[in-house]
Amino acid sequence: MPPKRRNHDIIEVENVGMDVDAEPDSDSEEEARRRSRNRRSKSQRKAKQVSEDEDEDEEEEEDEPPRRRGRRKTTKTDEDETPQRRGRGKRTKPQDSDEDEEGDKRRAARKGSKASKKKAAKETSDEESEEEKVGRKKAGRAVSKKEKEEQNKEQKGNVKGKDGENKDKKKKKKMSSSSSSSSSSDSDEESLSEGEIAALKEQVEEKKKLIATLRNKPWRMNKRLSLLKEAQDFVEKFEGALGKGKGRRLYAFKVMMTKKLIKFNRDFENFKTACIPWERKIKEVESHFGSSVASYFLFLRWMYGLNLVLFGFMFGLVVLPEVLMGLPYGSIPRKTVPRDEEDTAMDFSVLFDFGGYCKYSILFYGYYNNDRTIGVLQYRLPLSYLLTSVGVFGYSLLVVIRTMARNANEGGDGGDEGEFIFSWKMFTSWDYLIGNPETADNKYASITTSFKESIVDEQENQKDENIHLRRFLRVFANFLILCSLGGSGYLIYFVVKRSQEFAKMDPKTLTWFENNEVEFVMSLLGLVCPPLFETIAELEDYHPRIALKWQLGRIFALFLGNLYTFLFALFDEVTAKLETEKSIKNATEWALHQYYANYSSFYNTTDVPPPKVAPADVIRGPCWETGVGREFVKLIVSDVQVTYLTILVGDFARAFIVRFLNYCWCWDLEAGFPSYGEFDISGNVLGLVFNQGMIWMGAFYAPGLVGMNVLRLLTSMYYQSWAVMACNVPHERVFKASRSNNFYMGLLLLVLFLSLLPVVYSMMTLAPSFDCGPFSGQEKMYDVVIETIDQDLPAFIGNIFIYASNPGLIMPAILLMILAIYYLNTVSKAYQQANTDLKKKMQMAREDEKNRRNNKDSTNQVMKDLEDLMPDKSLAPPPAEEEKPPEVVIDKSVKPTKTKPGTAEKGVNVQKEVSLAAPNPRRPVTRAPGPRGGPPGNTRSPQPQPGKGRGQGAAPRR
Amino acid sequence: MGNKQTTFTEEQLEAYQVALHGRYRELAPHLVPLDYTNNPDIRVPLSLIVTMPELKENPFRDRIVETFSEDGQGNMSFNDFVDMFSALCETSPRELKTIYAFKIYDYNRDNFICKEDLQKTLNKLTKGELTPEEVTLVCDKAIEEADLDADNKLSFADFENMISKAPDFLSNFHIRI
Repeated sequence: MPPKRRNHDIIEVENVGMDVDAEPDSDSEEEARRRSRNRRSKSQRKAKQVSEDEDEDEEEEEDEPPRRRGRRKTTKTDEDETPQRRGRGKRTKPQDSDEDEEGDKRRAARKGSKASKKKAAKETSDEESEEEKVGRKKAGRAVSKKEKEEQNKEQKGNVKGKDGENKDKKKKKKMSSSSSSSSSSDSDEESLSEGEIAALKEQVEEKKKLIATLRNKPWRMNKRLSLLKEAQDFVEKFEGALGKGKGRRLYAFKVMMTKKLIKFNRDFENFKTACIPWERKIKEVESHFGSSVASYFLFLRWMYGLNLVLFGFMFGLVVLPEVLMGLPYGSIPRKTVPRDEEDTAMDFSVLFDFGGYCKYSILFYGYYNNDRTIGVLQYRLPLSYLLTSVGVFGYSLLVVIRTMARNANEGGDGGDEGEFIFSWKMFTSWDYLIGNPETADNKYASITTSFKESIVDEQENQKDENIHLRRFLRVFANFLILCSLGGSGYLIYFVVKRSQEFAKMDPKTLTWFENNEVEFVMSLLGLVCPPLFETIAELEDYHPRIALKWQLGRIFALFLGNLYTFLFALFDEVTAKLETEKSIKNATEWALHQYYANYSSFYNTTDVPPPKVAPADVIRGPCWETGVGREFVKLIVSDVQVTYLTILVGDFARAFIVRFLNYCWCWDLEAGFPSYGEFDISGNVLGLVFNQGMIWMGAFYAPGLVGMNVLRLLTSMYYQSWAVMACNVPHERVFKASRSNNFYMGLLLLVLFLSLLPVVYSMMTLAPSFDCGPFSGQEKMYDVVIETIDQDLPAFIGNIFIYASNPGLIMPAILLMILAIYYLNTVSKAYQQANTDLKKKMQMAREDEKNRRNNKDSTNQVMKDLEDLMPDKSLAPPPAEEEKPPEVVIDKSVKPTKTKPGTAEKGVNVQKEVSLAAPNPRRPVTRAPGPRGGPPGNTRSPQPQPGKGRGQGAAPRR
Repeated sequence: MGNKQTTFTEEQLEAYQVALHGRYRELAPHLVPLDYTNNPDIRVPLSLIVTMPELKENPFRDRIVETFSEDGQGNMSFNDFVDMFSALCETSPRELKTIYAFKIYDYNRDNFICKEDLQKTLNKLTKGELTPEEVTLVCDKAIEEADLDADNKLSFADFENMISKAPDFLSNFHIRI
């Protein structure tokens, strides 16, 4: 083709696209339309070929002039039927060149029939056969490569068209069209070229896409079925034609495998969830009692995991080696019950008090031998004992801090964040998979609970309060609580002082009360103070979640007093024991010395054999470490007893009585006074925290304590979850707990730190007992480490330690750490700031969007307001009355948008903008009925003109 | 790729249909014939459909069945039946699920979820355990959150916008059969 025509051709392409719409003799109007659309989309790159094609068409056109007219008629009708399509293509159509148009039509027609050019007689109309003739003629004339490509394009066009049709949802007609196209494609088989195959592939692809996406369409099944059937028929045919069914089995296998994989993954997830211990129990509790109560159980479970690891350390590195490789029971004095205790050593009362055989068992510090190495493995037990004890603290610190840091990411104090709290709960909380009645009941309960939690939060947000009164009350409440805390602190101090005085006196002259004064006061305080604090906290009227934190903090402070007295008593005991130990040590040394002296003088030899005394008869010191360990163990055991009894009596018996005595009682027990108990979150959490503190402190003196604690946590998990489900009722205001549990963790960290102090103190400063425990014979306990460094490690390591402990090195290190902490702190603050800013921005954007959607209303409102402010308003009372009603209506419609305080500014801005632009166009409309307003306006006109008129550009113009 | 998937889908479809037909027939053996070759026009009433274990515990079971039945009364033909489980299956896309969820929660079928619809939904979800004030509060808040065009009811656009951000809609709006 001559290049000068190129430009024209491109325009022609559009014509072609349009004109195909008018294709009369294709099987249906849709097909033509499809083709046209496809045409248009591909027109640009097809331009060249089309131009060539067109030339041919022009030639053909001369061949058959009579048919043109008739076709033209049909064209018209078809085009009428598809006005929107025509509209798109029409604009560039050069109507004057009738020949061109007709040529295009002809060409299109030929193309439509080209498909059936080989054996179309039974499928096509007479007209088509005529076309066919033409087509064949032309085919014979020009079988160039380009021609072929053109055909392919057409095929593609069919496919594309079908797709488009799908989108248009003109499905019913597709049946016929696709069948025809498939038949025509069938006929094409004989002359398949590469391009055609590609086209077919594409077509099939489309069909396949339809099949794949069919299920995604919200249609009735009937419609889908018919569509699916025809699409499948189509694909089926082409499959045969293209011979592409080879990889089918493999593919089917692949798909099946992916499905199996998905199912396996799902099962695996289920399995993993099933492996989380007590997940179901906790979920059940959560669904009935809310996340606050569940948070206690989560904490308990976490604690159990921690203790399991600690137990692993203690048991694996200390207890087990001693049992396997150490000397057996009865071999040396420290592993034997002394003679005078032997009679009662197996009594239950003694054993229950951890005396007798218990005292001289693997449970306690005193049992361990001070041999530097034991067994064939040359295991350094004393060193391992010390390092494990320190390692327990180190690991606990690490885990607690790591958990806190990780939880901090989850962030929030438990309040819901996000835009759609209630809507999501409403529409997405029910799990449609639930088919089990019990699960369903739990789900109902949990949904109700979560709604209640959110309602509490929401009410808290909506509460408009007298801020001054509230502040005063809060300060007042804190003052009261500080007073009572201080009072109880002083009481504890006073009682402990007194008890020290009593201890110096003869115990027989003291009354029972005087003997047990400390314990009595402590338990009294523990009984009275928490409810008192709770009552005072009512004044503050915090959100229950925050109130719980305050409550926890206050009771924690109270319990610290408890800890203080306990440690104080313990310390007294230790110092007393240290003194007796010193005297006994001196006595034994003196006795030994005497024995040696006597022996050597008697036998006149310096080679003195050790005295032959049965291990049980050896005089021994009090072994203060074992004593301390026993105190801790006893404390834990009694704590467990008290807790379990409290649950049994306070919850179970109470619930039992309330439930069954209610039938024969004079008032309603369930609703009235005793009622059912609520789960005491703060008490239980603090109990757990302090219990753990005891474990940390006691583990050094009694390695068996950790194992006991594991048992305790395990039983209390089952026992408490049973008790809470059986005997308690949910809190009056079910509130959402903080997701992170970080407050509990913070308390735990504090306790951990506090319990670290006495242990490290005793390791570093107190002298170990001379005849029991792994460190006997050492000056200080940590000497084991120094000894090891000196004797067992190469010299340079010892040097390194010496250098490392040099103050010149430690000071810079500490300084560096402080700097690092400062830097990281600053960075985290900056991130936090950025975070809140982003949140604010998102909120703003959302409100903005909301506002934009309501924009008309709000601007109307603004303009109304504006008009109210106009000075002229007062000039014309009658129109003002007319305006009133619409104003009210708009007011109503706008109200629900509820512009929040943040958007107030925006509102102002909008007002400003509008005030610049709006007044002019509005004025004439509202004020048009002029003459009536004239007379009153005249009377008052002087007033507005000088006063407000200056800002109003519009006023003078009127 | 290409057409292979087709055959597979077909096979799958057949398998599904056989299984589903079994389930369908189970509900009303006296109504549903074994032979389905000539597409008999049979509908199983709502009261029978909701006894399926998959639906029995669902608070919205009546609405689900009504929504998917062609007559809107809950009388389901086999096609409706297949339709229902195909829309609720794991692999059906979010858009489709959203459409049907909207229909399910739109009790009065006015193409808007209004306050009455919300109240009904809420009462079914909580078995009516919330006080009327709480119900009103929740409904007001829900509308306030999701209503973008300030017409005091949720249009489909509002609903879609809200649901598209919900984290567990897909996993929860899903029935395995």
